[in-house]
Amino acid sequence: MQSKSFKPEEYYIEDEPYYQPIGDEIAIFEAAYNQKLPVLLKGPTGCGKTRFMEHMAWRLQRPLITVSCHDDLTASDLVGRFLISGGETVWVDGPLARSVRHGAICYLDEVVEARKDTTVVIHPLADDRRVLPMEKIGELIEATPEFCLAISYNPGYQSVMKDLKQSTRQRFVALEFDYPDAALETEIIMTETGIDIATANQLVKFAHMTRDLKGSGLDEGASTRLLVHAAKLIHENIPPVTACTTAISQALTDDADMLVAMNELSSSLF
Amino acid sequence: MKSKPLTLQEIVDFLDICFEVEFTFIKSELAAELIVQQTRSDQDFILNLTRRVAATNKELAFQFAMNAIRALDHMDQHMVEAWAMSATDNYDSKGLNPAMSVIRDLDNYVDTAHIRTCGAVLAEEIPVLLPFAHGLSGRKLKIAETEGKHSYTDTETIFLPAFTSLFEESKDNFLIYKASIAFLWAQIHFGTFRIPFEKLLDCDAPDKQLNKFFTLESIRLETCIKRELPGLYRDMQTLKQKEEKQLQRQRIEIENWRYIKHKLTADNAGIHDTLHCLALVDEIQCPPPYCYQGILKPDLAGAVMQKRIEKEKAYFRIALKELASENMKNNATDNTEAEFEMDSGAKFDIRNKADRQNDTQQVNSGVIELEFEGDLVALPDHVKELMTSIIVDFGEIPPEYLYAAGPGEYDLKKYEEELRNPNDVWQGTYHEEGAELYNEWNFKRQHYHKNWCVLRELELEPEYDDFVENTLHKHKALLKNLRHSFEILRGEDKLLKKQVHGDNIDIDALVEAYGDVKSGMEMTDRLFTKMHKVERNVAVIFMVDMSGSTRGWINQAERESLILLAEVIQILGDRFAIYGFSGMTRQRCELYKIKTFDEEYNDEIRARISNIQPQNYTRMGVFIRHMTRLFNNIEASTKLLVTLSDGKPDDYDTYRGEYGVEDTRQALYEAHCDGIHSYCITIDEKARDYLPHMYGAANYSVIDDVAQLPLKVSDIYRRLTT
Ligand SMILES: Nc1ncnc2c1ncn2[C@@H]1O[C@H](COP(=O)(O)OP(=O)(O)O)[C@@H](O)[C@H]1O
Ligand SMILES: [Mg+2]
Repeated sequence: MQSKSFKPEEYYIEDEPYYQPIGDEIAIFEAAYNQKLPVLLKGPTGCGKTRFMEHMAWRLQRPLITVSCHDDLTASDLVGRFLISGGETVWVDGPLARSVRHGAICYLDEVVEARKDTTVVIHPLADDRRVLPMEKIGELIEATPEFCLAISYNPGYQSVMKDLKQSTRQRFVALEFDYPDAALETEIIMTETGIDIATANQLVKFAHMTRDLKGSGLDEGASTRLLVHAAKLIHENIPPVTACTTAISQALTDDADMLVAMNELSSSLF
Repeated sequence: MKSKPLTLQEIVDFLDICFEVEFTFIKSELAAELIVQQTRSDQDFILNLTRRVAATNKELAFQFAMNAIRALDHMDQHMVEAWAMSATDNYDSKGLNPAMSVIRDLDNYVDTAHIRTCGAVLAEEIPVLLPFAHGLSGRKLKIAETEGKHSYTDTETIFLPAFTSLFEESKDNFLIYKASIAFLWAQIHFGTFRIPFEKLLDCDAPDKQLNKFFTLESIRLETCIKRELPGLYRDMQTLKQKEEKQLQRQRIEIENWRYIKHKLTADNAGIHDTLHCLALVDEIQCPPPYCYQGILKPDLAGAVMQKRIEKEKAYFRIALKELASENMKNNATDNTEAEFEMDSGAKFDIRNKADRQNDTQQVNSGVIELEFEGDLVALPDHVKELMTSIIVDFGEIPPEYLYAAGPGEYDLKKYEEELRNPNDVWQGTYHEEGAELYNEWNFKRQHYHKNWCVLRELELEPEYDDFVENTLHKHKALLKNLRHSFEILRGEDKLLKKQVHGDNIDIDALVEAYGDVKSGMEMTDRLFTKMHKVERNVAVIFMVDMSGSTRGWINQAERESLILLAEVIQILGDRFAIYGFSGMTRQRCELYKIKTFDEEYNDEIRARISNIQPQNYTRMGVFIRHMTRLFNNIEASTKLLVTLSDGKPDDYDTYRGEYGVEDTRQALYEAHCDGIHSYCITIDEKARDYLPHMYGAANYSVIDDVAQLPLKVSDIYRRLTT
């Protein structure tokens, strides 16, 4: 009962994805990988977690299978299910099962968003058993040594319903991600988009302004991802203030006064 | 068709009623003679506003009526209204005389240079200006209104005039506010207040000296702004040009100008360069400041700074002490439970970042990190905030701050008590600590009293008696009933059939599909079953009247209902909170915490419910506004506010009759705008006529027996949450 369509080679990353290290996260991830420990990436959205995973997959030469978790995601979405094909039922592996069989890196993005039953299936994979029980077909697959489980989690959304359970988090090596400091963030924006240093500097300043507003009107400040978006627009000759509004402010809030205030801030900078 | 202007007599009659002339002896004719010459629309406008001001004070209204026409010559109606309301605000906060001078000294408030400007009104711009100020780095600044025309700062609050109306267009007048905030922020941020002003002003002509200093310092500050906020700097230049053109003012003439300019516009120019230049010039023609530059109040700033510096040093060194002992605990290898008391000040160090290329950036607290015994220390947010504020004051963390406080070195109570001083609360500066301020709606004035009510959250001690047990026993049958209806409410997980995706195969669908295929039809892809989980996301607050009038059976009924409701809400798993409210006058609005959202419902909470006792009076609006604030801090798709009360809002002072009802109605409307469903349950024999007016016909009920109450609530639940 093997999946027919899965081609691991499609999940290899050929070219080095650009990743600007912030601390010693690369070394730690490599160590965890060698010791077959699962990894938890903590941090706000858009601060480079996905990019980091791509970079690590390239570095370790493993296929990377990413699952963006959402509140409809069930255990069978991860493990697999029966499908009907040509009048017969066929079992099809889910992304997690595929990763386990083929020694891929499986990255579950925003894992708390998923339904609670999904965390149960990752538990036996995340301790030293390293197995995936597939109840539906009565199989227990053992992970190959190359397999690696990584999950991400944003502790910023503090809500009782969306917290990672102790029983889950205590299985993982945790890497904390945060927005890079001003100099590094400027460099990331420039490398990603090719805009000039002066504009990149001001964009980073704007980001800091919005991050200072966290808690006094904004739930989150601008992420590196949003800065990259704004920079790309600017690169296409959109005026910087417009780029900030459309790519950053509008993404952060719908509040009319707040939007005006953010506009006043960006127009002060450019 | 234009309506005919009112006659003199008609106006006099109207004003006589407004001013209650039989008692006040105000001469309505004087005002009427002015008003009669106006167009009908201006007449209506003035008379209507006069009546609204008269709801606050008759004298003030008369003064307004006398000056309204002059005001209308210079400002549009919107501004005149704002001006009148600013007078009533001043009446609230300072009394009749200051309010009268707002009206009389019209010229102080607005620039009467030209005709009917579209000014900017501070109160209206605050929702934009405050986040703007918070977005500028450094200490979180507050914004308040100044009585005068010039803006200034005390290093924590930025004081801005109630109106700006120098320019014809509101956009430019708004820009004055924005530029003022940035300019005053620059003073705080780039070290204007880091010099000893007493020494500077210890001379023959301190005023002249201060002016000279201000003029030179402004050159330096604007250079900083040009570097940090180039866009705003451009706007400032535009404002300056417009102002020069309009007021035909002169630019500054200074000897040694070239040199001074070179010095003060250098990238790393500091406050000492300003002082250095000050010594170079003898006398300058100091023009008045530009419209957004405001004035310096060194005494005020000095006093505020001194207090803050002392306080922050204490807080910071105590925070270091905590960090140090935590660090030692973590590093202790043996597992002894020994307390790590620090006897002498442990020393922290500043980690020097190798790449500090940005030396022009004088303040960048994000760059400074602390080390303890060679290890980097993770700083909690409140310590980071303290550091930022300290760096704003000194440009660095002074070395003596880096020693952790010794045991008993500081008595923090001293600072806490200072914060709780009710007078500070009235200045509106210490919202966060101890008390919160809320507006109150005055329907006659058609305007809010600002920061009118002082609300404090108080603890309610648990009372462990047999009340809970008795209640559960007494209402056993009712409880069973309720449980049942709440269980129905909860809803069951449903198995959805014929889904495109799902957990299991839908055999029925499959058989059907198989049949279809055999007979040559297209096969459906809806072949799965899926479990649909009902996830509730409801938050509810019960707000319980604890006023004196609930004494007796009503109080008992409230408590019994709460016990029953809490019991069955658990079934649904909804988040809920319980607060009791009472108080006496607007200065003492007391909210008793019975159960917060974060607390588990347990025996202690039950015992607190048992201890709900009648207190004083009922003011309603302020509590509803507070609940709205609490709701806005949590995330829930349905927010429900249920008030249990015995009747009308009523307080010791003027919160009676229509006034209280209208304020409550307004507060409920505000809650509605924030997406909160309000429902009122009144325990009273007689249905009252004002309830539909406040809550809307569908959102209240009157009951006369406890037994009805939980059923009513489950009804509301059914309507609102399913
Ligand atoms: N350290 C980094 N190095 C390179 N690019 C980064 C880095 N951090 C953020 N980015 C940029 O930000 C974008 C969003 O990052 P992403 O990895 O998708 O965030 P996350 O997964 O944390 O939500 C990336 O596409 C990349 O352009
Ligand atoms: Mg991502």
